[in-house]
Amino acid sequence: MDPFTIARRDFLKTSGALVVTLSLPAAVTTALSQSAGGKPPLTPDQLDSWIAVLPNGNVTAYFGKMDMGQGVDVAIAQMVAEELDVAFERVEVVMGDTLLTCNQGGASGSTGIQFGGIALRNAAAEARRLLVERGAERLAVPADQLSVDNGVIMVTGNPRQKVTYGELIGGQYFQSTLDWNKRYGNPLAVKGKAQPKQPSEYKVVGKSFPQKIIAEKVMGRLQYITDVKVEGMLHARVIRPPTAGCGPVSVDESSIKSIPGARAVRVKEFIAVVAPREWDAVRAAEMLKVTWAPPCTPFPTMETLHDHIRKAKSIGGETPINKGDVEAALKGAHRVIEAEYEWPLQSHASMGPACAIADIKSDSGMLFTGSQKPHYGRNGCSKLTGVPLEKMHAKWIPGPGSYGRNDAGDASHDAALISKLVGRPVRLQYMRHDGTAWDPKGPAGVYRARAGLDAEGNVIAYDFFAKGFSRQDVSQIENDPKDTLAGQLTGYAPKATILFQTPAEKYEFANKRCGWECVGPLLDRVSPLRTGHFRDPLGAETHFASESFIDEIAHGTGADPVEFRLKYLKDPRHVAIVKAAADKAGWTPRSNPDRGKGDDMTGRGFSYTERNGTLVAVVCEVEVNRKTGRVWAKKFTVAHDCGQIINPAGLRIVIEGNVLQATSRTLFEEVQFDADRVKSVDWATYPILEIADAPQAIDIVLINRPEVAPSGGGEPSTRTVPAAIANAIFDATGVRLRKVPLTPQRMKEALRA
Amino acid sequence: MKVNLVVNGKHATVDADPAMPLLYALRDDLGLNNPKFGCGRAQCGACTVHVNGVPTRSCVTPVGSTAGKNVTTMSGLGTAEKPHPVQAAFIAEQVPQCGYCLNGWVMTAAALLRDNPTPSDAQIRTALAGLKCRCGTHMAILRAVKRAVTMIA
Ligand code: FES
Ligand code: FES
Repeated sequence: MDPFTIARRDFLKTSGALVVTLSLPAAVTTALSQSAGGKPPLTPDQLDSWIAVLPNGNVTAYFGKMDMGQGVDVAIAQMVAEELDVAFERVEVVMGDTLLTCNQGGASGSTGIQFGGIALRNAAAEARRLLVERGAERLAVPADQLSVDNGVIMVTGNPRQKVTYGELIGGQYFQSTLDWNKRYGNPLAVKGKAQPKQPSEYKVVGKSFPQKIIAEKVMGRLQYITDVKVEGMLHARVIRPPTAGCGPVSVDESSIKSIPGARAVRVKEFIAVVAPREWDAVRAAEMLKVTWAPPCTPFPTMETLHDHIRKAKSIGGETPINKGDVEAALKGAHRVIEAEYEWPLQSHASMGPACAIADIKSDSGMLFTGSQKPHYGRNGCSKLTGVPLEKMHAKWIPGPGSYGRNDAGDASHDAALISKLVGRPVRLQYMRHDGTAWDPKGPAGVYRARAGLDAEGNVIAYDFFAKGFSRQDVSQIENDPKDTLAGQLTGYAPKATILFQTPAEKYEFANKRCGWECVGPLLDRVSPLRTGHFRDPLGAETHFASESFIDEIAHGTGADPVEFRLKYLKDPRHVAIVKAAADKAGWTPRSNPDRGKGDDMTGRGFSYTERNGTLVAVVCEVEVNRKTGRVWAKKFTVAHDCGQIINPAGLRIVIEGNVLQATSRTLFEEVQFDADRVKSVDWATYPILEIADAPQAIDIVLINRPEVAPSGGGEPSTRTVPAAIANAIFDATGVRLRKVPLTPQRMKEALRA
Repeated sequence: MKVNLVVNGKHATVDADPAMPLLYALRDDLGLNNPKFGCGRAQCGACTVHVNGVPTRSCVTPVGSTAGKNVTTMSGLGTAEKPHPVQAAFIAEQVPQCGYCLNGWVMTAAALLRDNPTPSDAQIRTALAGLKCRCGTHMAILRAVKRAVTMIA
């Protein structure tokens, strides 16, 4: 439950003490000054929590998720504009402010449109219904004789008889309620009496609109979280243990006394420095002498990580999803194909290390955060600092990239704690090593798959089993200090949620079993290798294995990989997505791959997956250099079906981002560590894709299904990419790489073997 | 120590440790927030500015070494009314996701096109080597640079 119900006008009163160089957008300020009738509480059952009409008839939509740069806010504005019948340009979307928006779960699981947008769509539809009702009264004409065009309600056949939204309600509250399912976060749902439009009536949804904010970014004018300045603030840097699992014995504050105004703060194992000037804080963090307890060695070596996972005791799992009798079928099989795949630990390594600005007073608190979960972060910071929840205000400001539970959530809590300790507003930005070495990691895992074939080569048994670190060693929501470094360093005991995953596809094998289990964290607290959500959590990992294995079975039975998939898929949408990618790529079955001449071998690979209703199929063409082992994913063809498409051009760019980031993770990314520390601390030690590695082309086929509720586009194409690359490498070389990243070194070794 | 330099066409004086990186002088002393701290190790490009026209990683450039020089940041490259062609192309192609990397790509591409207005695809990729974009907007970046080429032509 989110008990936060402070009225917005109180926010204006209480936040007056804080001088911030940020200003709310003009439209919001105007919306806030609406006063007639008093602002209803900010609860999801109030229409005013979602939609405001300004005196000039412009509309403000309050969105309790946020856009991390993919343009979700544009889609939300489209959906609201559509239902209200106002021009797209007249809708402004306010996001990520705990005093202005309900907790819809923040950016999460590609549900911005799927869940977040549906709430706004329903609210906007209800607002239109109420406005037309009022218009009917005002014009003394029955509602069914009215139509709306860009916020003007007019009598059908007599357009001069009209009234505008602004005239009817501009600057006032609706004071009307919605049905609410009493849930917060992603599942939050609201509905009014109004029915949203039929897709056949759409004028705005389904069209492409650009992101206005992009011009601000490109012209260097956008204020990022790193650019927020608060009067009287100090700059802070944190001091993380040099080796994992060892705490400080003593801190020698005199070691930084030559730096003007620099101080060290410490609570239990948490250490930070502050200084009035940023560069001085950076220097103080380098100069501060801390004596640390002798290192312990909590980690296996990198080389033995997956062996560790294989052997480690299970801490829990899920009863496998079972169809038929897999064991019996395997026993009776004419032939069994088996393979095992490994995925490494990976870092979010956001473009900039996280930053947060906090002003924690004895009775109130303000937090500026770049985290995807400002509402939950507010809750966590309230618990950590003792500021009552209703007096804690968090505001999200765009940050340096976010792909799940990166370092931003830790930065919020660190900043809040430091501000409380020094009694001043604090701006904390991590250094690069804090961001790369200490963010929660995408979990490593071992994936084992077996298939039983009958004498004709039909698959009669399929068995898939995953084992790895939980995807929620620390929770993706930042509700509780136990899930943050500041909390764990000051004595909160972590408690992991045990969660892993099985493949999402619809192959109809007669006997099929998919299961998983988790192994415990390598270090039980303050671990730089703690695991958490990383874009499409476990999606890339799981489907690298499962879709590589499908390719192995196809090859083992002498079938074409596309033909093989179509043989076992029956669901029409799943069949359609596979065909769409194959058609677009001009896929034709062939008996012998054309491996090219000279040093470069070429090949193509196929992969298909589902994610919460979104279907993706990918064809990848690669070039593999015999001498260097370099793999270039030269071309991708992506077929994408996420139901109803709101903004096609925006979706294409989002898909490209998924493909590139997934390519980077597949070919290059692996967290380096040794027995006592993480050695990936920057871009040299955690390399990612460079522009030389960008494909020559990405062809995208969007399948639009206006009649199917929209599902997400922010992540699903991530999971389809890794196996498409690996399968193309096999096609090019005849060699199967089963361990990510598929580095030149591994490629060369495999070619030599 | 006082360091005098010209930033985005205006004279500026920074009173700081000459060893302090230019990035902090721009962001903290001169209020020019557009160059970003990405790594502080010359590995990503998020802090790129032009120093006397040369794309330079301001996170490792001592402010003292820029005395008397001309520094241009991304916000000084063009104006809202008259964006630099590279900026106009980046907007038209809707390049950035988070946008935190942009200083590197835009400032490096602008210098490339000044020195070579008709680069080949390979030359573009070579000139932009070493820059990072964690969001994976590389395809749009390449499209935008090519678009800028046609705009300049
Ligand atoms: S911040 Fe200067 S290169 Fe990364
Ligand atoms: S757009 Fe986010 S790092 Fe480039």
